[in-house]
Amino acid sequence: MNLQQDLAPTTGDEVIENYTINFGPQHPAAHGVLRLVMELDGEIVERLDPHIGLLHRGTEKLIEYKTYLQALPYFDRLDYASPLAMEHSYVLAIEKLLNLEVPLRAQYLRVLFAEMTRISNHLLNIAHHALDVGAMTPGLWLYEAREDCMGFFERASGARMHTAWFRPGGVHQDVPLKLLTDVGEWLDDRLPRLFEDAMKLVVDNRIFKQRNVDIAIVSREDSIKWGFSGPMIRAAGIPWDIRKSQPYDVYAKMDFDIPVGTRGDCYDRFMVRVEEVRQSIRIMKQCLSQMPEGPVCSDDRKIVPPKRAEMKQSMEALIHHFKLYTEGFKVPAGSVYVATESPKGEFGVYLVSDGTNKPYRCKIRPTAFSHLQAMDFMSRGHMLADTTAILGALDIVFGECDR
Amino acid sequence: MTHPAPHIEKPKGTVAAIKKLLGKDLISVDEDNGELALHVKRDSLVSVLTQLRDECEYQQLMEIAGVDWPDRDPRFEVVYFLLSLTKNHRIRVHVTTKEDVAVPSVTGIWPVAGWLEREVFDMYGVLFSGNEDLRRILTDYGFTGHPQRKDFPLTGYVELRYSEEEKRVKYEPVQLAQDFRSFDFLSPWEGADYVLPGDEKVIKSNDPPRGTPPQVNDPKTTEKPSQTGAGAAANAEAKKRTVRKPKAVKE
Repeated sequence: MNLQQDLAPTTGDEVIENYTINFGPQHPAAHGVLRLVMELDGEIVERLDPHIGLLHRGTEKLIEYKTYLQALPYFDRLDYASPLAMEHSYVLAIEKLLNLEVPLRAQYLRVLFAEMTRISNHLLNIAHHALDVGAMTPGLWLYEAREDCMGFFERASGARMHTAWFRPGGVHQDVPLKLLTDVGEWLDDRLPRLFEDAMKLVVDNRIFKQRNVDIAIVSREDSIKWGFSGPMIRAAGIPWDIRKSQPYDVYAKMDFDIPVGTRGDCYDRFMVRVEEVRQSIRIMKQCLSQMPEGPVCSDDRKIVPPKRAEMKQSMEALIHHFKLYTEGFKVPAGSVYVATESPKGEFGVYLVSDGTNKPYRCKIRPTAFSHLQAMDFMSRGHMLADTTAILGALDIVFGECDR
Repeated sequence: MTHPAPHIEKPKGTVAAIKKLLGKDLISVDEDNGELALHVKRDSLVSVLTQLRDECEYQQLMEIAGVDWPDRDPRFEVVYFLLSLTKNHRIRVHVTTKEDVAVPSVTGIWPVAGWLEREVFDMYGVLFSGNEDLRRILTDYGFTGHPQRKDFPLTGYVELRYSEEEKRVKYEPVQLAQDFRSFDFLSPWEGADYVLPGDEKVIKSNDPPRGTPPQVNDPKTTEKPSQTGAGAAANAEAKKRTVRKPKAVKE
């Protein structure tokens, strides 16, 4: 951290001028490449100007040059802490433009893995939030459970993080039965044990509460004005969850509760996430018990490529495979905005198609943009040390923020 | 049931109420794909969005997106995404603008618009009058150009590396080891009325378009046996050629 005085240094007992501090962009508490320019009066934050864009990779521009299927893996690389939730919005947007029906098993699989993503994202955030305010042990324990999630992703898709498993029309491959039974056992025993053990250490901890309770209180009005979504708006006391109010896939069949905060401070945001992990476990158990047998991808051969075994026998399948992996499918002209409840909030995709095989425009609505922008007014009047707690409770990943 | 995308029920009478409320400010309404999109006049944007927020209960501004249409006359489109938490409905508000015409800023209605407008400015160069902090947001300090415009190349103009000699980060013009490969998937198999990419060297500009048969003034025909080239001379020549001695195999 380099310190630099705003004005010429004063001598004697004159009034001390405000300090301007540069925080980041390479700081472990910045959760990535965030640069904060902070104006401090002693230890009190007067003004805070986040500089973002250090991880800008031009994802939206690149997508305009790729076919719809080729653009899919870019979404894994947006919020790399919850890759499947990013894909979810994108595939739903394509399906909405195509008006494509998706088999029921695929919808259950998507919900199952979207909720597993939510758990792994929240475990990461809870761990880091606790770490930022000085609690190291829960982080180590929660990483163990997170590692299990990665293992399940790998068994389903072959990749630990950048899975590219949700595809327009369903999911790429079916999962083996053993994976589902293992997930069931994990949900019954190992995950709640690890998670509740770790939570016992922090939720009632005096130091943890001192660092979080009454820090950065956001009222309901402010949370609406600043475009909050997800756990941030729920912590402010508004029971808004897109899974519940605008259900997609099979969320309409799921029975779960929406936790809300009462004070809208950092502790509430933390506790909302803790409860969401428990609710996600409930949803996943329902998915496992209700999931039917059947195909995992639409059988519309003009959109979903055939399986390899089919290609060995059928000339038509071979042609479809070749055309879909070179030219890709064409999407009728039009535009849609599809937003889903990603672990961090409303993740939206505004897809404009001009009737060709490439998106004309793909605007990604990141959750972090509005939350990070509000950090200025949330931090004002708080101590410098509180900014790490505030930032931890925002749950920000820069791959998504900077795109 | 059709697609599994988020299910949004349109509240009854929304379109009529909005039409009545906005009056002349509303240019057109479309409801493609089950989403309500309003095209409004640019100058009355602030009053339109204030009315939608206060009287139609669209409390939240979720996103502002720019779209570039180089062929249209007001080149840029700016799209505002509104969400109603009480009515559980979403609408889009579209305005069009040019490079040198500013769009009124909505930071007075929603403070969240500050960064969203900065992003549209950064990516498209659309100006927002009334936004006091219209700095670049995603691109580098000192960046020139607006990368999301359709005429901005995908590779950009400059690249950055650390120079060991000068001990600093250096900007240089982009050098590509391999050309960016852009395939034309929309061309017909035959008879494209333009030169296909990659065919520039093969086809001269005054050549006939591909797919047309070559022009022949005097079609060749064989009317008499002598025109076929067959006969004693040809037979003798053939005999000479077909009788070949096998080559001796060298030990």
